[in-house]
Amino acid sequence: MSATLKRREVVAQLLADRGDLMVVAGLGSTAWDCTAAGDHPLTFPLWGAMGQAAMMGLGLALAQPSRRVLVVTGDGEMLMGMGSLATIGVQQPANLSVVVIDNERYGETGMQATHTASGVDLAAVARACGIAHASTLTRESEIAALRAAVHAQQGPNFAAVKVVADKVPIVLPPRDGGLLKARFRRALLGDAADTQ
Amino acid sequence: MTEAMSEAIDWPLEVHRILSGAKLRQVGYVPDAGHKRLIELCRADSSMRAVALTTEEEGIGLAVGAWLGGERCALLMQSSGVGNIINALGTIKECRFPLPMLITMRGEYGEFNPWQVPMGQATPAVLEAMGVVVQPVREAAGIPAAVDAALRLAYNSYVATAVLISQKVIGIKSFQEQAAR
Repeated sequence: MSATLKRREVVAQLLADRGDLMVVAGLGSTAWDCTAAGDHPLTFPLWGAMGQAAMMGLGLALAQPSRRVLVVTGDGEMLMGMGSLATIGVQQPANLSVVVIDNERYGETGMQATHTASGVDLAAVARACGIAHASTLTRESEIAALRAAVHAQQGPNFAAVKVVADKVPIVLPPRDGGLLKARFRRALLGDAADTQ
Repeated sequence: MTEAMSEAIDWPLEVHRILSGAKLRQVGYVPDAGHKRLIELCRADSSMRAVALTTEEEGIGLAVGAWLGGERCALLMQSSGVGNIINALGTIKECRFPLPMLITMRGEYGEFNPWQVPMGQATPAVLEAMGVVVQPVREAAGIPAAVDAALRLAYNSYVATAVLISQKVIGIKSFQEQAAR
Protein backbone atom coordinates (compact mmCIF):
# COMPACT_ATOMS: atom_id res chain seq x y z
CA MET A 1 0.00 0.00 0.00
CA SER A 2 1.53 3.30 -1.00
CA ALA A 3 1.53 6.13 1.52
CA THR A 4 -0.89 9.04 1.19
CA LEU A 5 0.04 11.23 4.18
CA LYS A 6 2.02 14.41 3.48
CA ARG A 7 4.99 14.97 5.81
CA ARG A 8 4.53 18.73 6.15
CA GLU A 9 0.86 18.36 7.04
CA VAL A 10 1.58 15.65 9.62
CA VAL A 11 4.33 17.64 11.36
CA ALA A 12 2.30 20.86 11.26
CA GLN A 13 -0.60 19.05 12.89
CA LEU A 14 1.64 17.51 15.59
CA LEU A 15 3.17 20.91 16.42
CA ALA A 16 -0.04 22.98 16.28
CA ASP A 17 -0.79 24.74 19.58
CA ARG A 18 2.34 23.15 20.98
CA GLY A 19 2.19 24.92 24.33
CA ASP A 20 5.38 24.22 26.29
CA LEU A 21 6.24 21.11 24.26
CA MET A 22 9.99 20.67 23.71
CA VAL A 23 11.09 19.27 20.34
CA VAL A 24 14.24 17.62 19.01
CA ALA A 25 14.18 17.54 15.20
CA GLY A 26 16.37 15.00 13.42
CA LEU A 27 18.73 16.23 10.74
CA GLY A 28 17.53 16.82 7.20
CA SER A 29 13.92 16.68 6.17
CA THR A 30 12.41 16.51 9.66
CA ALA A 31 14.38 19.61 10.72
CA TRP A 32 12.99 21.40 7.65
CA ASP A 33 9.48 20.10 8.46
CA CYS A 34 9.63 21.42 12.02
CA THR A 35 10.94 24.76 10.80
CA ALA A 36 8.19 24.99 8.17
CA ALA A 37 5.70 24.50 11.00
CA GLY A 38 7.23 27.52 12.74
CA ASP A 39 10.76 28.02 14.05
CA HIS A 40 10.65 27.96 17.85
CA PRO A 41 13.28 28.39 20.59
CA LEU A 42 12.11 25.14 22.21
CA THR A 43 12.89 23.21 19.04
CA PHE A 44 16.45 21.89 18.76
CA PRO A 45 16.92 21.22 15.03
CA LEU A 46 19.90 19.07 14.16
CA TRP A 47 22.30 19.76 11.31
CA GLY A 48 24.37 16.67 12.07
CA ALA A 49 24.51 14.04 14.82
CA MET A 50 22.76 11.42 12.70
CA GLY A 51 21.40 8.68 14.94
CA GLN A 52 21.37 10.84 18.08
CA ALA A 53 17.93 12.50 18.02
CA ALA A 54 16.10 9.94 20.16
CA MET A 55 18.85 9.94 22.80
CA MET A 56 18.79 13.72 22.96
CA GLY A 57 15.07 13.40 23.59
CA LEU A 58 15.76 10.92 26.38
CA GLY A 59 18.32 13.14 28.11
CA LEU A 60 15.93 16.07 27.89
CA ALA A 61 12.96 14.05 29.11
CA LEU A 62 14.92 12.76 32.12
CA ALA A 63 16.09 16.31 32.93
CA GLN A 64 12.58 17.78 32.69
CA PRO A 65 10.18 15.08 33.88
CA SER A 66 7.26 17.49 34.28
CA ARG A 67 7.41 18.67 30.65
CA ARG A 68 6.56 16.85 27.42
CA VAL A 69 9.31 16.04 24.92
CA LEU A 70 8.82 15.11 21.27
CA VAL A 71 11.49 13.77 18.93
CA VAL A 72 10.57 14.16 15.26
CA THR A 73 13.00 12.33 13.05
CA GLY A 74 13.37 10.38 9.84
CA ASP A 75 13.49 6.65 9.21
CA GLY A 76 17.13 6.78 8.08
CA GLU A 77 18.11 8.70 11.20
CA MET A 78 16.19 6.31 13.47
CA LEU A 79 17.76 3.27 11.81
CA MET A 80 21.20 4.68 12.59
CA GLY A 81 20.33 4.92 16.30
CA MET A 82 18.15 1.87 16.73
CA GLY A 83 19.93 0.88 19.94
CA SER A 84 18.54 4.01 21.55
CA LEU A 85 15.07 2.45 21.36
CA ALA A 86 16.38 -0.28 23.67
CA THR A 87 17.84 2.32 26.03
CA ILE A 88 14.55 4.26 26.05
CA GLY A 89 12.69 1.02 26.66
CA VAL A 90 14.82 0.40 29.75
CA GLN A 91 14.47 3.97 31.07
CA GLN A 92 10.69 4.24 30.39
CA PRO A 93 10.47 8.05 30.31
CA ALA A 94 6.77 8.84 30.79
CA ASN A 95 7.07 12.23 29.06
CA LEU A 96 8.88 11.21 25.86
CA SER A 97 7.42 10.56 22.41
CA VAL A 98 9.42 9.60 19.33
CA VAL A 99 7.70 10.12 15.98
CA VAL A 100 9.43 8.84 12.85
CA ILE A 101 8.33 10.52 9.64
CA ASP A 102 8.88 7.47 7.45
CA ASN A 103 9.14 8.06 3.70
CA GLU A 104 11.30 4.95 3.31
CA ARG A 105 14.00 7.12 1.74
CA TYR A 106 17.23 8.97 2.50
CA GLY A 107 15.86 12.33 1.43
CA GLU A 108 19.00 14.44 1.58
CA THR A 109 21.26 12.13 -0.39
CA GLY A 110 19.19 11.28 -3.46
CA MET A 111 16.08 9.49 -2.18
CA GLN A 112 17.76 6.08 -1.88
CA ALA A 113 15.65 3.41 -0.17
CA THR A 114 16.08 2.87 3.56
CA HIS A 115 15.58 -0.50 5.22
CA THR A 116 11.96 0.41 6.03
CA ALA A 117 11.28 0.26 2.25
CA SER A 118 12.18 -3.44 2.47
CA GLY A 119 9.83 -4.07 5.37
CA VAL A 120 11.91 -3.29 8.46
CA ASP A 121 9.22 -2.40 11.00
CA LEU A 122 10.44 0.33 13.37
CA ALA A 123 7.26 0.25 15.48
CA ALA A 124 7.73 -3.48 16.02
CA VAL A 125 11.33 -2.84 17.02
CA ALA A 126 10.19 -0.18 19.48
CA ARG A 127 7.57 -2.53 20.93
CA ALA A 128 10.11 -5.32 21.25
CA CYS A 129 12.35 -2.86 23.14
CA GLY A 130 9.66 -2.30 25.76
CA ILE A 131 7.98 0.81 24.36
CA ALA A 132 4.41 -0.33 24.88
CA HIS A 133 2.69 2.43 22.89
CA ALA A 134 4.27 1.89 19.50
CA SER A 135 2.38 1.89 16.22
CA THR A 136 2.62 2.53 12.50
CA LEU A 137 0.20 5.14 11.21
CA THR A 138 -0.94 5.47 7.62
CA ARG A 139 -4.20 7.43 7.78
CA GLU A 140 -4.92 11.12 8.27
CA SER A 141 -7.60 10.25 10.81
CA GLU A 142 -4.92 8.80 13.14
CA ILE A 143 -2.81 11.95 13.45
CA ALA A 144 -5.09 13.81 15.88
CA ALA A 145 -4.85 10.92 18.32
CA LEU A 146 -1.06 10.89 17.92
CA ARG A 147 -0.91 14.61 18.70
CA ALA A 148 -3.00 13.99 21.82
CA ALA A 149 -0.67 11.16 22.84
CA VAL A 150 2.40 13.37 22.38
CA HIS A 151 0.91 15.94 24.74
CA ALA A 152 -0.71 13.74 27.35
CA GLN A 153 -0.35 9.96 27.02
CA GLN A 154 1.86 8.15 29.52
CA GLY A 155 5.02 7.31 27.61
CA PRO A 156 7.32 6.38 26.25
CA ASN A 157 5.39 6.62 22.99
CA PHE A 158 6.59 5.70 19.52
CA ALA A 159 4.97 6.12 16.13
CA ALA A 160 6.18 5.56 12.60
CA VAL A 161 4.08 7.70 10.27
CA LYS A 162 4.21 6.52 6.68
CA VAL A 163 4.38 9.52 4.36
CA VAL A 164 4.62 10.17 0.62
CA ALA A 165 8.22 10.19 -0.62
CA ASP A 166 8.01 13.52 -2.39
CA LYS A 167 10.48 16.40 -2.32
CA VAL A 168 9.16 19.45 -0.52
CA PRO A 169 10.69 22.95 -0.32
CA ILE A 170 13.60 23.18 2.13
CA VAL A 171 12.88 25.54 5.04
CA LEU A 172 16.08 26.12 7.01
CA PRO A 173 16.34 26.76 10.75
CA PRO A 174 19.29 28.77 12.14
CA ARG A 175 22.58 26.92 11.54
CA ASP A 176 24.70 28.14 14.46
CA GLY A 177 24.78 25.30 16.98
CA GLY A 178 25.78 27.56 19.86
CA LEU A 179 22.82 29.82 19.13
CA LEU A 180 20.38 26.90 18.93
CA LYS A 181 21.63 25.56 22.27
CA ALA A 182 21.59 28.91 24.03
CA ARG A 183 18.15 29.98 22.84
CA PHE A 184 16.67 26.62 23.85
CA ARG A 185 18.14 26.82 27.36
CA ARG A 186 17.11 30.42 27.86
CA ALA A 187 13.56 29.69 26.71
CA LEU A 188 13.38 26.75 29.12
CA LEU A 189 15.46 27.91 32.09
CA GLY A 190 15.36 31.70 31.88
CA ASP A 191 18.28 33.60 33.38
CA ALA A 192 19.43 30.45 35.18
CA ALA A 193 20.61 29.16 31.79
CA ASP A 194 23.48 31.63 31.88
CA THR A 195 24.71 30.83 35.37
CA GLN A 196 24.34 27.05 35.61
CA MET B 1 53.89 3.83 43.08
CA THR B 2 53.30 0.15 43.79
CA GLU B 3 49.98 -1.59 43.22
CA ALA B 4 49.47 -1.88 46.96
CA MET B 5 49.89 1.87 47.32
CA SER B 6 47.62 2.61 44.37
CA GLU B 7 44.87 0.62 46.05
CA ALA B 8 45.27 2.63 49.23
CA ILE B 9 42.99 5.32 47.80
CA ASP B 10 39.40 4.32 47.05
CA TRP B 11 39.27 6.39 43.87
CA PRO B 12 35.81 5.30 42.69
CA LEU B 13 34.36 6.42 46.04
CA GLU B 14 36.18 9.74 45.80
CA VAL B 15 35.10 10.26 42.19
CA HIS B 16 31.48 9.48 43.04
CA ARG B 17 31.63 12.02 45.85
CA ILE B 18 32.98 14.63 43.42
CA LEU B 19 30.31 13.86 40.79
CA SER B 20 27.63 14.14 43.44
CA GLY B 21 29.06 17.38 44.81
CA ALA B 22 29.17 18.90 41.34
CA LYS B 23 25.46 18.07 40.92
CA LEU B 24 25.86 15.54 38.14
CA ARG B 25 22.32 14.26 37.68
CA GLN B 26 22.78 11.88 34.76
CA VAL B 27 25.59 9.39 34.22
CA GLY B 28 25.72 7.48 30.94
CA TYR B 29 27.82 4.35 30.76
CA VAL B 30 28.63 1.17 28.92
CA PRO B 31 29.54 -1.56 31.40
CA ASP B 32 33.28 -1.67 31.96
CA ALA B 33 35.49 -3.60 34.39
CA GLY B 34 37.56 -0.54 35.30
CA HIS B 35 34.46 1.53 36.06
CA LYS B 36 32.56 -1.33 37.74
CA ARG B 37 32.61 0.10 41.25
CA LEU B 38 31.95 3.71 40.19
CA ILE B 39 28.99 2.54 38.10
CA GLU B 40 27.63 0.65 41.11
CA LEU B 41 28.01 3.73 43.30
CA CYS B 42 26.20 5.89 40.74
CA ARG B 43 23.42 3.34 40.33
CA ALA B 44 22.92 3.23 44.09
CA ASP B 45 22.70 7.05 44.34
CA SER B 46 19.10 8.25 44.19
CA SER B 47 20.24 11.78 43.23
CA MET B 48 21.66 10.46 39.94
CA ARG B 49 20.15 8.71 36.99
CA ALA B 50 22.61 6.07 35.80
CA VAL B 51 21.71 5.27 32.20
CA ALA B 52 23.07 2.07 30.65
CA LEU B 53 23.78 2.56 26.95
CA THR B 54 24.00 0.08 24.09
CA THR B 55 26.92 2.03 22.64
CA GLU B 56 28.98 4.97 23.87
CA GLU B 57 27.66 7.14 21.04
CA GLU B 58 24.25 7.19 22.71
CA GLY B 59 25.88 8.94 25.64
CA ILE B 60 26.66 12.01 23.55
CA GLY B 61 22.98 12.42 22.71
CA LEU B 62 22.04 11.81 26.34
CA ALA B 63 24.45 14.51 27.54
CA VAL B 64 23.21 16.97 24.91
CA GLY B 65 19.60 16.42 25.93
CA ALA B 66 20.44 16.64 29.62
CA TRP B 67 22.21 19.99 29.21
CA LEU B 68 19.40 21.39 27.05
CA GLY B 69 17.12 20.45 29.94
CA GLY B 70 19.36 22.05 32.58
CA GLU B 71 21.04 18.93 33.97
CA ARG B 72 24.68 17.92 34.09
CA CYS B 73 25.64 14.54 32.59
CA ALA B 74 28.96 12.70 32.72
CA LEU B 75 29.94 9.71 30.59
CA LEU B 76 31.90 6.66 31.75
CA MET B 77 33.53 4.52 29.10
CA GLN B 78 36.53 2.46 28.11
CA SER B 79 39.03 3.75 25.56
CA SER B 80 37.66 1.35 22.94
CA GLY B 81 34.36 3.21 23.28
CA VAL B 82 36.05 6.45 22.28
CA GLY B 83 36.09 5.08 18.76
CA ASN B 84 32.29 5.00 18.83
CA ILE B 85 31.77 8.67 19.64
CA ILE B 86 33.99 10.55 17.20
CA ASN B 87 31.41 11.93 14.77
CA ALA B 88 29.02 12.72 17.62
CA LEU B 89 31.75 14.81 19.30
CA GLY B 90 31.35 17.21 16.38
CA THR B 91 27.99 18.23 17.84
CA ILE B 92 29.59 18.88 21.22
CA LYS B 93 32.22 21.13 19.65
CA GLU B 94 29.92 23.00 17.26
CA CYS B 95 27.33 23.74 19.96
CA ARG B 96 29.82 24.11 22.85
CA PHE B 97 28.12 21.61 25.11
CA PRO B 98 29.93 20.88 28.38
CA LEU B 99 30.81 17.18 28.51
CA PRO B 100 33.01 15.48 31.11
CA MET B 101 34.10 11.95 30.23
CA LEU B 102 35.94 9.49 32.46
CA ILE B 103 37.75 6.95 30.33
CA THR B 104 39.51 3.83 31.52
CA MET B 105 42.41 2.92 29.24
CA ARG B 106 42.93 -0.35 27.42
CA GLY B 107 45.69 -1.22 24.98
CA GLU B 108 48.08 0.80 27.04
CA TYR B 109 50.00 -0.31 30.17
CA GLY B 110 50.63 -4.06 30.08
CA GLU B 111 47.67 -4.90 27.81
CA PHE B 112 47.09 -8.63 27.24
CA ASN B 113 44.70 -8.34 24.28
CA PRO B 114 46.35 -7.17 21.05
CA TRP B 115 42.98 -6.18 19.55
CA GLN B 116 42.68 -3.44 22.18
CA VAL B 117 46.00 -1.82 21.32
CA PRO B 118 45.17 0.18 18.14
CA MET B 119 42.23 2.11 19.66
CA GLY B 120 43.90 2.47 23.03
CA GLN B 121 47.02 3.97 21.46
CA ALA B 122 44.96 6.28 19.24
CA THR B 123 42.63 7.46 22.01
CA PRO B 124 44.40 10.68 23.13
CA ALA B 125 45.13 11.85 19.58
CA VAL B 126 41.62 11.10 18.35
CA LEU B 127 39.98 12.94 21.24
CA GLU B 128 42.29 15.94 20.82
CA ALA B 129 41.59 16.02 17.11
CA MET B 130 37.90 16.50 17.94
CA GLY B 131 38.55 19.31 20.38
CA VAL B 132 38.40 17.38 23.65
CA VAL B 133 40.69 18.55 26.46
CA VAL B 134 42.56 15.40 27.51
CA GLN B 135 43.92 14.83 31.01
CA PRO B 136 45.86 11.54 31.42
CA VAL B 137 46.24 10.15 34.96
CA ARG B 138 48.68 7.37 35.73
CA GLU B 139 48.25 7.04 39.51
CA ALA B 140 45.10 6.34 41.50
CA ALA B 141 45.94 9.11 43.93
CA GLY B 142 45.75 11.68 41.13
CA ILE B 143 42.31 10.69 39.84
CA PRO B 144 40.03 12.67 42.18
CA ALA B 145 41.80 15.97 41.56
CA ALA B 146 41.86 15.32 37.82
CA VAL B 147 38.12 14.59 37.78
CA ASP B 148 37.41 17.70 39.82
CA ALA B 149 39.47 19.80 37.40
CA ALA B 150 37.82 18.19 34.37
CA LEU B 151 34.35 19.00 35.72
CA ARG B 152 35.32 22.60 36.43
CA LEU B 153 36.83 23.05 33.00
CA ALA B 154 33.85 21.45 31.24
CA TYR B 155 31.19 23.50 33.01
CA ASN B 156 33.07 26.78 33.31
CA SER B 157 34.27 26.76 29.71
CA TYR B 158 31.61 24.74 27.84
CA VAL B 159 33.98 22.14 26.43
CA ALA B 160 34.41 18.39 26.37
CA THR B 161 37.00 17.02 28.77
CA ALA B 162 38.37 13.51 29.12
CA VAL B 163 40.20 12.05 32.12
CA LEU B 164 42.15 9.07 30.82
CA ILE B 165 42.64 6.62 33.69
CA SER B 166 45.70 4.53 32.98
CA GLN B 167 45.59 0.77 32.73
CA LYS B 168 48.33 0.93 35.33
CA VAL B 169 45.66 1.98 37.82
CA ILE B 170 43.06 -0.52 36.65
CA GLY B 171 45.64 -3.28 36.76
CA ILE B 172 43.98 -5.96 34.64
CA LYS B 173 46.53 -8.44 33.35
CA SER B 174 44.47 -11.30 31.91
CA PHE B 175 41.00 -12.34 30.81
CA GLN B 176 40.85 -14.63 33.82
CA GLU B 177 41.54 -11.76 36.20
CA GLN B 178 39.02 -9.53 34.46
CA ALA B 179 36.28 -12.15 34.56
CA ALA B 180 36.91 -12.73 38.26
CA ARG B 181 36.44 -9.07 39.19
